[in-house]
Parts: sequence; structure tokens; C-alpha cells
Amino acid sequence: MVDKENQLDEQQLLDELLKKHKAGTLKASDRYAIPPQPMPQQDSVKRRSNVNEVALGYTETQARLEALRCLQCKNAPCVEGCPVRIKIKDFIAEIVDGNFKKALDIIKENSLLPAVCGRVCPQEVQCQLPCTVGKKFKDVDKAVSIGRLERFVADWGAKFHDGSIPKVTGRTNKKVAVIGSGPGGIVVATDVKRAGHDVTVFEAFHKTGGVMVYGIPEFRLPKAIVQQEIDQLKAMGVNIVCNFVVGRTKTIKQLMEEDGFDAVYIGVGAGLPMFMNIEGEHLVGVYSANEYLTRANLMKAYQFGKGADTPIAMSKKVAVIGGGNVAMDSARTAVRLGAEKVYLVYRRSEKEMPARVEEVHHAKEEGIEFHLLRNPKRILGNSEGIVTAIECLKYELGEPDASGRRRPVPIPGSEFTIDVDTVVVAIGNGANPLIGQTTPGLNLNKWGNIIVDENCKTSLDGVYAGGDIVLGAATVILAMGQGRTAAAAINEYLKGK
Amino acid sequence: MSHKLLSKKQLCLDVYVADIEAPLVAAAAKPGQFVIVCLKGAYSERIPLTIAGSDAKKGTIRLIWQAVGKSTAELSEMRVGEKVENVLGPLGKPTHIEKFGTVICVGGGIGNAPLLPIATAMKKAGNKVISILGARTKDLLILEDDFKTISDELIIVTDDGSYGKKALVTQPLEEICQQMPKPALVVAIGPAIMMKFCCAVTKKYDVPTTVSLNTIMIDGTGMCGGCRVEVGGQTKFVCVDGPEFDGHKVNFDLMMKRMQAYKKQEAQAMEEYKKQHKCRIGLDG
Repeated sequence: MVDKENQLDEQQLLDELLKKHKAGTLKASDRYAIPPQPMPQQDSVKRRSNVNEVALGYTETQARLEALRCLQCKNAPCVEGCPVRIKIKDFIAEIVDGNFKKALDIIKENSLLPAVCGRVCPQEVQCQLPCTVGKKFKDVDKAVSIGRLERFVADWGAKFHDGSIPKVTGRTNKKVAVIGSGPGGIVVATDVKRAGHDVTVFEAFHKTGGVMVYGIPEFRLPKAIVQQEIDQLKAMGVNIVCNFVVGRTKTIKQLMEEDGFDAVYIGVGAGLPMFMNIEGEHLVGVYSANEYLTRANLMKAYQFGKGADTPIAMSKKVAVIGGGNVAMDSARTAVRLGAEKVYLVYRRSEKEMPARVEEVHHAKEEGIEFHLLRNPKRILGNSEGIVTAIECLKYELGEPDASGRRRPVPIPGSEFTIDVDTVVVAIGNGANPLIGQTTPGLNLNKWGNIIVDENCKTSLDGVYAGGDIVLGAATVILAMGQGRTAAAAINEYLKGK
Repeated sequence: MSHKLLSKKQLCLDVYVADIEAPLVAAAAKPGQFVIVCLKGAYSERIPLTIAGSDAKKGTIRLIWQAVGKSTAELSEMRVGEKVENVLGPLGKPTHIEKFGTVICVGGGIGNAPLLPIATAMKKAGNKVISILGARTKDLLILEDDFKTISDELIIVTDDGSYGKKALVTQPLEEICQQMPKPALVVAIGPAIMMKFCCAVTKKYDVPTTVSLNTIMIDGTGMCGGCRVEVGGQTKFVCVDGPEFDGHKVNFDLMMKRMQAYKKQEAQAMEEYKKQHKCRIGLDG
């Protein structure tokens, strides 16, 4: 009943505001007075035992109310904060007027994956950070929820408007190979196909989508959404070849010289998990986050014995090491796999955590215990080589380091142990060596990442790269942004050929 | 792309050989490499299997496997003409082949399968190849004829003495290592425990030894780290750094423990599978 009353109140408020808006009498003070619309979400107790999406998305009324909070600033600082420069205030203005299709078209001019980005982009450090409304309240959480609005529009499109397939201009008979079917690869494939080139996407896994299917869990990004994007690529006529690992099945040189590809985009992701190099890391029950999440997401290990054949540890007590989104995803996955206790161990304080505030918040709601300013010194096991506990050291924050964050310093003699049967190491990824080792002439930096110029061109002619294999660990949107740049450069390069 | 089974044969108790259509893998495969097979659907297990041979012209690879779990049992029950949905490869670094002199190839059980293309390549490169093949009992010995063809000398041992000499592979290995000149290289592939003891012997005589590891893995491209082993005190990934390593540096004890990680769940899956399927293993060829 309360909900219904709320909805009535919301509707009433919206009607009043729209009346003023149409009459041209809506003032900034009216907009500031609109309460920031909360994201409806699945109950935190219920969701512990399912993998369904946690954030449920705005209703139409909520979306329009939230959109009305936007001041339509002339200088649009939000656009500067967006890696792909979506015309944010324009699409928000269309939401206010209920023109959701128009809003979607505006977003799609710059971003191909709004349903994905609306869900997983760290808006609070991008478009929402410079938002004037957030600045007014001196609280970024009170900025206009651009991400939620983007998601609303994308989901509306998927529901009511059968995905329009981007137009492909006449065929050029030039061939482009895209290595990796993650967010960057999807963007490059779309943009290059639009220009009329033949495109083949090579994926090493047996399923497409890259980090969006093996890494980011269902409860944060439903796999059906990723599949829609892949289906769209297929509908455009992009070839997709799974089970093909470039560097081993064929090298880049072979693709270009034997198979006649005129250009190549490398978007293989980072893909080499880092470990802490401490005692006990080889014990049974110690996972990289990549392995843990791949088993759970890609192979659906949570349905082991019920249609899925890949097992995963049946954990009671899990410690996840790290403070990023991947650490949160791992911890929240452990909860859903039935763990009774899940600890998150991070060597700095919450302020320094690279994870999104929303993910940290969700993790806490789901009962994950945070051990901050703590870091494992070693992992302890029994005679069968199975994890029994982690021994941690307490830390304090010292002087800022190269990243600008205060360096964590261990406190001598502060050791303590936490009993666990599973440890998930989520401290980042190095560069996968496969492409580098098998592509002579491809320049890499000292960490093994591919060196590119401002057009994402590598040291080899016709070979471009972007995303994590260039940037180190980054985000979906940054990979997409580089994909855009690379695709434009590839299209330009092929004009001259 | 799916991959048709062109032939299938039972080699012994629960060991099978099949030629599978996989033209891309066949064109690129080199001795020492492996594939990941995923039988059907999106949620089948990804099974790493070594390549026992390949024919680039025919576009086929030869796989030899032992039905030890649900997925390998399912593969064993497939019939000629049926298709495997996913084959990824070739994976791993190829074996370093050159003329070393005398190369001892030690194979145990199913390890003979990946060993054969390596021994063949070593022979082709001008090495004197002495093969030592071990099995628990005569019926479990595989690929004897193939090794006979490519080896300068072939020594067979069985645990129970039912065929060849009653011994473990380490015994003839040690005898050869004691001779002068010492062999230039030992390649040992088989159960972890066998490789461990082979390495203990060859270390004593300071004979370089290569082993090929078959740890648990998922993607096979360096992404998951599930296959990690400790080599010379450092963490190495079998899929991209291996599968071959300097046997004297491998921490076999750790590796053997890690390979037990899913024992319980695997047994449970196998149990369920047997209940649901009328098992034909051992009944057809």
C-alpha cells in the first residue's frame, strides 16, 4: 500500500512539474527540490540466494522526475566527464518530454552499448562527478543519476522498440579482423562494419562477450543484454568465430598475409591474473578472481550437477583480497554460491577503494564483512593442501604513493588469523603474453601492454589495439572509447588502400 | 564450427582414441601442444586434452583420453559421425625440438599419447630415441607399436610383470643414466607421481629432464590461473608458460594436491551420470 501511495505521490509531483515545464515557469529551485530518485532494487536478503539482477531500473515516472532534476547547463560539464562524449543533456531533455526513442537515438550516436554502460560505468567519477546539481549539494551522490537514466532509455528500447540495426554502407571488399569479443571489440566491429568492410570477430572462449560474460556477474549485468549486442552484430553481417585464439590458432601475420585481412584490431583484454606471491597461494581453495568468476559466470558453476559440468568450491567461509569492482563481484558471487561468511580484505581504507560506491554499498547490504587496512601475509593449509585460514597483518596509511593514494604500511607484530576455506585473489591483471610473443615487431611497454599512438595504432601498419591490453586494467567504457577511436582510424586507413 | 568424430577406438580398459575434424588446429599443431574440448552446449566442461597426432592435409587431430570423469565418459560414448561442439587450440608452447644426441622418452599410462609426437619429432631431428613405456599391467599399455616404429630402442615395464620387465619406469631410466655417455635429455610424461620420481632419478645423474604437466584449467589462454604450478619457486601457468617445464624445478607435491581440488564433486558428477545413462564404456569399439 505504501508503495502505491508513493507512486501516486510521484505521479502527482511529475504532473505538476511537467505543467510548469510546459508553461516555461519551471525554475532551478523547483528542480533542486525534486528528491533524487532512488534505484529500485531486489531485497538484500532475498537476493543473497539468487543471481538475478540487483538494481531493477527506474519506472517511467521516476525516470522523468530524475530527468527534471537536470538543469540543462549551457556548458554541460557532464559531457566532459564522459569518455565517449554522449550528448547527455540532450538525451535527458528528451526523457523529460517522454520521447524515449529520441533519447535512445541521441545516446547511440556516441555509445553503442547503453544498456551495458548504464549498468557498469563508474558514473560517479565520470559524467556525474562534475554535475552542477551534485556540486550544488556538495555531494556527488545527489548529482543527476545519468547512468540510471541511460539504462532506463536502453531498457525501454529493448522492450518497446525492436533494436534498430545500424545501417551498413556499400561493401568495400576490405577485410578487418577484430580479436576479442569484449566491449571494445563489439564497438570496433560495429563501426568498421558500418563503413562497409567485411568484419570477422575472433573469440578464444566458446562464448562471445569477453569480460561482460566471464567476469561481470549476472546480478550486475544480465547476460541476455550482452547477447542482444552480439545478435545485433550478427544481424549486421559480422562474422563471429569462437574457439579461435589468435597467436596460437593463427598469428596476426598469418591473418594478414594468408587470409587477406587488411587491418586488425587487438582487443584481447588484460587476461593474466596477478597473485600476491605469498606462502600458501598454491593451496586448494585459492582462486584468482578470474577463475572464480569464470567458473561461476561463464560456466554457470552455481548450477553444477543441474545442467552445468564445471565445479566450484562449495565454500563456507571465503576471504576475497582486493578493493576493486572485481573484488566486490567475487565476494557477492561467493554469497550467492552459499557461503556463510564472506570477508573482504583490503590493504587501504574504504576511501581508497577503487570499487564503485554502489557496489561497496550492495556488498555491505548483502552481509559481506569488510576487513580494511588488513592484508594477508600468508595462507595456511592442512596436510591435504587445503586452505584453512589466512594470516593477515594490520596496516596504517603513510605518505601518498605514485597513484596519489596514501601508501599502506604494515604494522609489525600485528598478525592475526581468519579461518576460511576459500581465498579469492582480486588484485588485478597483468598483460596476457600470447599476442606479444607471437607478433614480431609489435612494440610493448615494460609491463607487456601494447604501445599505441593517439589513434590506437600500434607499431605495425594496419594493426590497432585498445582496452585493457593497452591501458592495463580499465573499464568497459574506456575500452569502448578506444574502440571508437581505433575504428575511425581503421576506416581512414582503409580509404587509402 | 563443430567437429565430427571420424574414427573412434577403444585402446584399453577406459582409454580411447579418436580422429576429430579440426582443420585449423591440425594446420597449426606442433608436438607438445594441447587442445580444450567442450562437448556440447554452453555449460559443458572445458576439458584440456593433449594432441596425440595431427594431419594437416586431412584437417584432423588425434585425441587419446581416459574416461576418468563425467565429461571424458561422455566423450567416450560418442559415436563416429557425431560432433564435438568446441575445439580450441593448439594451446601451449610447442616442444623445443633439436638434435640433442640420445633422448630418453619415458611414458606412463595415458602419457604415451602426448609423448608419441614428441618422440617422433625427436627421432626426425636426428636423435637416438630410447623409449621406456610403463603400465600397471599388460592390458593397459597403449601405443606400443607406434613407439616400436620410431624408437631406436624400446623398453617395456609393467608393475605386475605381466608384460616386459616387472619394474617401474624409473628402474631402466636409472640404468641408462648410469651409462656413459649420459643421455642428453629425458622427456617424461605420465602421472604426476611418475614424473616426480623420474625427475628424482635424473637429477641424481644431472640429466636434463622435460616434463609435460596436465593440471586443472579452464580457458587455456592464461586468463584464469587455475593451472598454476610452482616452478623454481615461481608461479607459472601451464597453459601459456608450459605445458613443458624443467622437471627438476617443478614442485610436484603441490601440483598433485592441487589436482585433487574437485575430487568430491567429480565423483558426484560421475555417479549421477552413471545413474542417468546406460553406460556403454567398455562395450563398444
